[in-house]
Amino acid sequence: MRITQGTFSFLPDLTDKQIAAQVKYALDQGWAISVEYTDDPHPRNTYWEMFGNPMFDLRDPAGVLQEINECRKTFPNYYVRVMAFDSTHQVESIVLSFIVQRPKDEPGFRQVREEIDGRKMRYTTQGYAVVAKPEGARY
Amino acid sequence: MSEATNEIKSSTQRYKSGVLKYRQMGYWQPDYEPKPTDILALFRITPQEGVPPEEAAAAVAGESSTATWTVVWTDRLTACEMYRAKAYRVDPVPNNPGQYFAYIAYDLSLFEEGSITNVAASIIGNVFSFKPIKAARLEDMQFPVAYVKTFRGPPTGIVVERERLDKFGRPLLGATTKPKLGLSGRNYGRVVYEGLKGGLDFMKDDENINSQPFMHWRDRFLFVMDAVNKASAATGEVKGSYLNVTAGTVEEMYRRAEFAKELGSAIIMIDLVVGYSGIQSLSNWCRDNDMLLHLHRAGHGTYTRQKNHGVSFRVIAKWMRLTGVDHIHAGTAVGKLEGDPLTVQGYYNICRDTHTRIDLPRGIFFEQDWGALRKVMPVASGGIHAGQMHQLLDLFGDDVVMQFGGGTIGHPMGIQAGATANRVALEAMVLARNEGRDIKNEGPEILKEAAKWCSPLKAALDTWGDVTFNYTSTDTSDFVPTATAV
Repeated sequence: MRITQGTFSFLPDLTDKQIAAQVKYALDQGWAISVEYTDDPHPRNTYWEMFGNPMFDLRDPAGVLQEINECRKTFPNYYVRVMAFDSTHQVESIVLSFIVQRPKDEPGFRQVREEIDGRKMRYTTQGYAVVAKPEGARY
Repeated sequence: MSEATNEIKSSTQRYKSGVLKYRQMGYWQPDYEPKPTDILALFRITPQEGVPPEEAAAAVAGESSTATWTVVWTDRLTACEMYRAKAYRVDPVPNNPGQYFAYIAYDLSLFEEGSITNVAASIIGNVFSFKPIKAARLEDMQFPVAYVKTFRGPPTGIVVERERLDKFGRPLLGATTKPKLGLSGRNYGRVVYEGLKGGLDFMKDDENINSQPFMHWRDRFLFVMDAVNKASAATGEVKGSYLNVTAGTVEEMYRRAEFAKELGSAIIMIDLVVGYSGIQSLSNWCRDNDMLLHLHRAGHGTYTRQKNHGVSFRVIAKWMRLTGVDHIHAGTAVGKLEGDPLTVQGYYNICRDTHTRIDLPRGIFFEQDWGALRKVMPVASGGIHAGQMHQLLDLFGDDVVMQFGGGTIGHPMGIQAGATANRVALEAMVLARNEGRDIKNEGPEILKEAAKWCSPLKAALDTWGDVTFNYTSTDTSDFVPTATAV
């Protein structure tokens, strides 16, 4: 199962050249890039770990790519995503977010159904890899 | 202008019982400088034969504020000069003989705070049936920021919607479940699941899906939420389906909204025909319950489409941003429904701007400071397909929901394949745009490249690639030389 979070998950994995082009686009817009990683890709897991703060002052795509690669090297079997922040008034949020590394095997999620009153159901989504093992030993 | 038609300054003459011209009563004030706190309206009027445009404009000002057909002495108990709306400018409409743009200023005290219903009752209440004008159209309005701040606006807004859904950097994708009528709850949920699993972010009830004999609303909600949750687990993404809570009474709509919340839906939906007060009540409910509010503009074409009479959709879009919806259908320009590209872009700007500037080719006659009111996500829906992805992205940018109903469900390889085709087309186009490619011209090439490795996209392009709806638009700006078609 391929998790399809992020701006480009339906495309083949991006090459370094493609990643650098997206980074350049983001920097040209005046956005700041951040690199984040996790081994818990639950759709509602908002806060992946930050690989350092957003790089507000790094304006060189090659330098950003180096940071991305550093993160990928440190966490070779984690999910890694690149995010861009726009500080413009009335945006002040993330404006691009794409996955640049995935674990070799993505077992996906189990949906737990709890039958409650009437015909209603309570749904819980659990990552197979996340339930099986503690943080750091999952993928 | 003759003495007989000027404003009568002498009080004894002005308030003598009888009938005066609206200009004589003070509703035409060519020297009036609108105050920063005035509400402004621009009407396109077609006066009856023999009625001078200034008199017609004054009549519109009078009938949309304090006037009646005859002089009443009770005016003198009030600060009537302030309450009178003032027509202050009349311009002939370019290339449309007999039509005039009338600018009218209204004092802020004429309106109740936080009530578009009250604004509408004044500005479009009686005046459109008024005999001295053959036709009238409310083209645009400007609200002072003081009045804007009496509205709460969208309960969620574009930025927070994206944060809740964890979807950034690209338009959102949706589809309306089809056929719009007749599916059982179980079959309906099947379409929802297939579309979401294939790659869409949202599915949507159609405007006329309420609670009919073939599918009662609770059954629909239960099956749809089963599909939404299953698709979310299958993809690892947050998914949603607009549950239409439109019903015969506001109480019933609350009941349905509560059930949608109990089931964990991220979004509910209502139709424009529920009325402005109903919409604002549901907006408040959404604010209290962390719910997105989708508005389908059902019925608007009856009064927005013809240029000479009715209300422009840009006014409805402004009203709905104030009233407080998170999504609004605002046209596709390239799809099956009415919409000139520039005019439609004007609607999108109203939904998404922080500060709207005058832009005559896009039909924007007034500046509008939105006072940090949240932004509304426009929805492009109606007869669009993957082969138009470059045009849609070029016209509308990232902050839009693109809804491919037939273009998903009618795919020859099935609904999932249809959804995948749209998602791949979209991501490929965003990637290319960000890489600096000229998508407007290279778009078809970019789609063909992606279709080489994505057979659902290839099938979509083979099926619909050449389908266009190139009809001349009815509602176009009078400030561009020719009607534009994409």
